[in-house]
Amino acid sequence: MATYIARRLMLLPLVAFGVTILIFALLQFLHPAIRAGAFITNPNQLKAIDAIIKKYGLDQPVYVQYWTWLREVFHGNLGWSQSVRLPVLDAIIAFFPTTLELTLYAFVPIMIVGVWLGTAAAVHRDKVVDHLSRVFSISFRSLPSFVWGLLILMVFYGRFNWFPPGRLSLEADLFVRSAQFTKYTGLMTADALLNGQLWIFFDALRHLAGPALTLTMVSVALLVRVTRSSMLEALSQDYVRTARAKGLAPAVVNTRHARKNALIPVITLSSLTIVGLLNGVVIIETIFNYPGIGRWGAFAAQQLDIPGVTGFTMFIAALTVLGNLAADIMYAYFDPRIRLQ
Amino acid sequence: MRTLQALLERVRANRREFGAAAALAAAVTLLGFVIPAVRDRMARAPLAAGQFLLLVLFVAAFWVVPSDFTRRMRKNPLSVVGFSLIVLFVAIAVLAPILAPPPPTSRDPYLIPQEGFGAIPRPPRSGHPFGTTERQYDLYYGIVWGTRTALRVSIIVIAIAAVIGVVLGGLAGYYGGRIDEVIMRVTDVFLAFPGLVLAVTVVAVLGRSLDNIMIAIAIVHWPTYARLLRGDILTVRGRDYVEAARAAGAGDLRIILRHVIPNAIYPFMVLSSLDMGLIVIIAAALSFLGLGAEVGYADWGMLINLSRDWIVGSPGNPFAYWYVLIFPGAAIFLFVLGWNLLGDAFRDILDPRLRGAS
Repeated sequence: MATYIARRLMLLPLVAFGVTILIFALLQFLHPAIRAGAFITNPNQLKAIDAIIKKYGLDQPVYVQYWTWLREVFHGNLGWSQSVRLPVLDAIIAFFPTTLELTLYAFVPIMIVGVWLGTAAAVHRDKVVDHLSRVFSISFRSLPSFVWGLLILMVFYGRFNWFPPGRLSLEADLFVRSAQFTKYTGLMTADALLNGQLWIFFDALRHLAGPALTLTMVSVALLVRVTRSSMLEALSQDYVRTARAKGLAPAVVNTRHARKNALIPVITLSSLTIVGLLNGVVIIETIFNYPGIGRWGAFAAQQLDIPGVTGFTMFIAALTVLGNLAADIMYAYFDPRIRLQ
Repeated sequence: MRTLQALLERVRANRREFGAAAALAAAVTLLGFVIPAVRDRMARAPLAAGQFLLLVLFVAAFWVVPSDFTRRMRKNPLSVVGFSLIVLFVAIAVLAPILAPPPPTSRDPYLIPQEGFGAIPRPPRSGHPFGTTERQYDLYYGIVWGTRTALRVSIIVIAIAAVIGVVLGGLAGYYGGRIDEVIMRVTDVFLAFPGLVLAVTVVAVLGRSLDNIMIAIAIVHWPTYARLLRGDILTVRGRDYVEAARAAGAGDLRIILRHVIPNAIYPFMVLSSLDMGLIVIIAAALSFLGLGAEVGYADWGMLINLSRDWIVGSPGNPFAYWYVLIFPGAAIFLFVLGWNLLGDAFRDILDPRLRGAS
């Protein structure tokens, strides 16, 4: 176990190094004046762009530039994001909790629905539930998230006015910005409860429902499929047959014997699901005008705010690498067969 | 040449079935000549009409001539649906100049004609069967020509990704050792990004255009192909027939091209079929974010982007502008659904172990 994790950990800096090389190589396509943006920490410096090009050696050989750039990145100086008029690091800190909240509100229903539907489909193989879950999974997979999002907006905002876009309604937003409201975590629903403001909690929940529902719909299919096939495999094992032969109730066999083992790949998949959600937020936050990190990334790309885009991308890549690592470790932890190899 | 002979042999052996296909093609042609409006349009775009006839003949021949593939496919009604959808979209793409003739003054058929510059979308009416978007781009025209864009984008992306994937994955799998280690670590780096995020970055850096979208998605997709081929080659490499070929004095290149790749190609087909849909979704997503085709270019994602401000209708009529979202959304949905169904069918047919597994 320890050597397995150690080996995975040793790969981590290698991948991180590769990620910085890739981003840096992409940046080489740009004019030095645009690249100099990465070294700017406040808007007044924009006037002295030539001096900055000189100062940071953007006219020097590539490997020197890479070293300079890497040093700045390691010191947390990711540049100035012109699209939101904040330093990139501050923008990440400002936007990430919002996205984290959305991800959590999508993650819980995904896990519950995915495991429940996948188990039901496997237990009732080739019955109505199974066919229905197949139809749902393939149609959710075939309709792009932005069409789903717009449809949900059309029906639940346009027709019923249940799930408005944005993060808070105007009066709630004013209250949150006032001195009466303390921000403890950055997660709006948690903060509202900590402040004892139930109406803000429900207001935030209403705004979360649309994007969370969309994220759930586009991401749940994979989990259903994996749970189902893993459950089918577990159901065909000898110990399940033995338990059945002993006369245990089918429900007990299904949940206690089969599902416990079937959930190993599902647990692993859960951390990859979070990574998938981070991919989805770019589109979905843009549609629902939800002020998270994904909307910032998309907005920065539209505004050609290169430091913003690269900072966003590196941050997401770091999360993805950590998510993959967590998946590997959990896999080894829950399945002894892996770590003994 | 040998494949052509085999095909002719097949056709000769199934003369009656092939005759039926030819009759169908002839009937379609005749129908085209009988209806004057269709005849005029066909006369203006004879090339498209010819291509369409070829397509009908080809699909009919494929479907009618019995093979292991079609026999298995017929057992699964969903795969027939997928196949029909794909044929339908290819037919729409081929027939685009006939279904939606570009106005005589247009310099590029991919630019959607505008009727005036009114800001508010207008519903379906005569001359505009799917209605018009804001600034009066014709939705029907955009969807028909957008089919060509969708097919072009996904085929080009898969071609680029597959070529890079085959070369690097082949090298890694066949030679192993240090080459393998280096190439796999490179794929690790690319897979450290969620696909859409990396694509957004690449497009943002290279500049927004449809070509750059294709480059970006290919950059995101090649590692999947490289890993797949590498894995397959690792399993095929040790087989007896590869050893036999080597003993007979075949070189590395010959072994890879003649023995290893043909035996590792099926999973590749499954992946690329499922990818056709996925790529269209990613390309549309980038266009939707405003990073892709210019406004007015026939592209489904661009059309949906135009619908964004018209989700909420007028007071008392919440679905007043339904057509600006529903028609392009349905086009993407059916296209991707077709490829997904076909990909699942490929997987069931080509990999018996997975049959019924998902």
